[in-house]
Amino acid sequence: MNAVEPQAQDLRQFISGNEAVAQAARDANVKVAAAYPGTPSTEILEYVSNFPDIYSEWSINEKVSLEVAIGASLAGSRALCAMKHVGMNVASDAFMTQTLIGAIGGLVIVVADDVGLSSSQNEQDSRYWGRFAHLPVLEPSDAQEAYDMTRAAFGLSEQYEVPVIVRLTTRICHVKGVVINSEPESHTSAGFKKDPSRFVMVPGNAKNRIPMMMERDKVLKAFAEETELNRIEEGSDKRVGFVTSGAAYYHVKESFPDAPVIKLGFSCPAPIEKIRSFAEGVEKLVVIEEVEPLLETELRAAGVDVYGKDIVPKIGEMAPAVITPKVSKLIGETIAEAELIPTQQVFPRPPTMCVACPHLGIYYCLSHVKNTIISGDIGCYTLGAGHPWNALDTTISMGASLSVAQGLDKGRAESDENKNVLAVIGDSTFLHMGMQGLLDITYNKGNVTILLLDNRAVGMTGGQDAPSSGLNLHKEETMQVDFRKLCEALGVKPERIHEVNPYEMPVLFKALRQEVKIKEPSVIITNQPCVLTERYSKMPPLKVDMDKCTGCANCLDVGCPAILVDRRETVVKPNGKEKELAFVNIDTAACTGCNLCTKPCAPDAIIPAYNVTNIDAVEIK
Amino acid sequence: MNTEVTNILVVGIGGQGVMTAADILATTALSLGYDVKKTEVAGMAQRGGVVTSHVRFGPKVYSPAIKPGDADLMLAFEPAEALRWCSHLKDEGQAMVNTFAQEPPVVSIGLFDYPENPIGKIREMGVNLHDLDAGTAAIELGDRRLINSIMLGAISDQLPFPAEQLEENLLNRFRHKGEEIVALNQKAFDLGRKAYA
Repeated sequence: MNAVEPQAQDLRQFISGNEAVAQAARDANVKVAAAYPGTPSTEILEYVSNFPDIYSEWSINEKVSLEVAIGASLAGSRALCAMKHVGMNVASDAFMTQTLIGAIGGLVIVVADDVGLSSSQNEQDSRYWGRFAHLPVLEPSDAQEAYDMTRAAFGLSEQYEVPVIVRLTTRICHVKGVVINSEPESHTSAGFKKDPSRFVMVPGNAKNRIPMMMERDKVLKAFAEETELNRIEEGSDKRVGFVTSGAAYYHVKESFPDAPVIKLGFSCPAPIEKIRSFAEGVEKLVVIEEVEPLLETELRAAGVDVYGKDIVPKIGEMAPAVITPKVSKLIGETIAEAELIPTQQVFPRPPTMCVACPHLGIYYCLSHVKNTIISGDIGCYTLGAGHPWNALDTTISMGASLSVAQGLDKGRAESDENKNVLAVIGDSTFLHMGMQGLLDITYNKGNVTILLLDNRAVGMTGGQDAPSSGLNLHKEETMQVDFRKLCEALGVKPERIHEVNPYEMPVLFKALRQEVKIKEPSVIITNQPCVLTERYSKMPPLKVDMDKCTGCANCLDVGCPAILVDRRETVVKPNGKEKELAFVNIDTAACTGCNLCTKPCAPDAIIPAYNVTNIDAVEIK
Repeated sequence: MNTEVTNILVVGIGGQGVMTAADILATTALSLGYDVKKTEVAGMAQRGGVVTSHVRFGPKVYSPAIKPGDADLMLAFEPAEALRWCSHLKDEGQAMVNTFAQEPPVVSIGLFDYPENPIGKIREMGVNLHDLDAGTAAIELGDRRLINSIMLGAISDQLPFPAEQLEENLLNRFRHKGEEIVALNQKAFDLGRKAYA
């Protein structure tokens, strides 16, 4: 069969939006790039780290990453920082003032919204930040535009001396498409030039910058009306015209290919007049945006008649299957009910902890400690809220486990007098925003038992490095945080700090039982590496001796996904009560021999899968 | 030339190579000059979650996601996942399903039931379904991850481009890992292809 004519074949790359942003940073001659990992933005810095001409780092948190980028911009160089939507909340303190200073070298903030919450604690629309801070927001619709608009953002940032947001969504970050790069440009820093009235934001100086920001608003507004980043696509079917941006643009094109569209690449400030005149050429105007009714509200305020979230959902992706029926109904078109295969109800596959994860032993212990309120945090260990442990009572934001625990302790009711308040936090989350909470607890004489799960990685986003790993973004050796010393410095008594191997469950249990009884802050640090990282070494796998298994099911409380129930039986005990037995099997190909499941197995039915003499024959990677 | 957009849905669970298979399909289409988009939902792939990958190619592709009822071909690496996603298939759509079942812990511990005869159920709905036990075949070849190449081999004659194009792209991906790995994947691909020649 004949394919389409190859065009500039060798220049066509098939890359994700995240990789496209990284390549744009390279081709825009960015000097500094910084980020903290967070789905769906993580890969941007991982790709940037491949380009030796860019200084790139995993920062401690998003505020730090933005401030590093700000510093580089003030030094006159081009700088980029990337984060997920909730990271922007952390960075917002610096962000809201930097807009008054503006940018010297191009300053681009890439914010990735997790529309549909595939891996986040909330759904946020980062386009609001543009309005809040009076600065431009660019919205690419695919990987090619992620490249082009990141390039354009640096130019705009320097032209208007303003930080620029490039707003991505999961469907831009993780969708691969065809990308062709444009000619790289060079950028030379003019060097840091002292300008205290602009760079030192004390009230007297900041006050003077606000009118300048208002002037900038006007200039940007005029630019929005004329830029080709906001384009009108004519269409033959004028019953409905669309205002759209980002990933939603392609959903609209897919659903209504013949409808006129005004596509906003430069969506803040919005080109209201351009949209107003576009509206005159269509019977009905519909705004399709992800996710809040933002443009819609601005258009209504400007007196433009629009439909929007009154007909389409206020949450999640504006996928073709979502918008097609709603908009068709609006224009009085009945779409023939296609004879679809009915959706089938199938069991869920919720995320599980990994086989042999060191957190398994910790949650086994936590689920067996009575009378607890367990304040959790953001990371793999959030999964401890699920079956079979049910050992996590709160999760809010990065680092909140400690400060929320302090509040749970201080605010406890009389009826909770005997409850033990615990906090569970991972190494990287602790360094991101948890240290302050610990200092608050020690300073204010709180009574919280803290489990600091140090697996030396940012596990949930794929095992990235952090100051706890001793390696940087480039896998170069660097300092490694000593958590014992750090906790001591933050005011925890040395005798209240324990370092425990989480695979040694009896030791962990003992430390936990002892510390919850003591009415002062204590920290139990667990010290085994994430199984997804190279530090973890597998051991020979285990199997179940079927003749010895009594069906007690205690091993299932560990929650390891390699332990599977083979068969169930109901037996009648001597006292006449029925008991459910579950005889288990171990998926030997998945098991890495951590031995956690052997601990609760009374009949010692879990044994090595292979003779030790035979071990060379076992594939261990 | 095929003026329509071809929609291939690849489904399975974390660790099975769903995303790699989709990537190989996508890069093959790219090498033939098509416009291609590929999107994934794999939030928790490393933790046993459901993985779906949408591959769309044609002269011009807009939305990266395949609408329910729009998939030409579904490549399912697990039978219950095939059942979960079969509503994405077109009326005359085809499914290629690995019969090797993988129960998640929530089924194993009794919170949910594994569907009875998922493949039979999909056939009852009128889907043109082919099945093969790629799981066992891969284990026999010595590596579970070969499911991937077996499944690609199995659909290689159902695509709007020659099987050899797919094969070449598949093998190129493994070249840097040495001839032994290439030969093993070649074997897996052939095995799958012969099963549905």
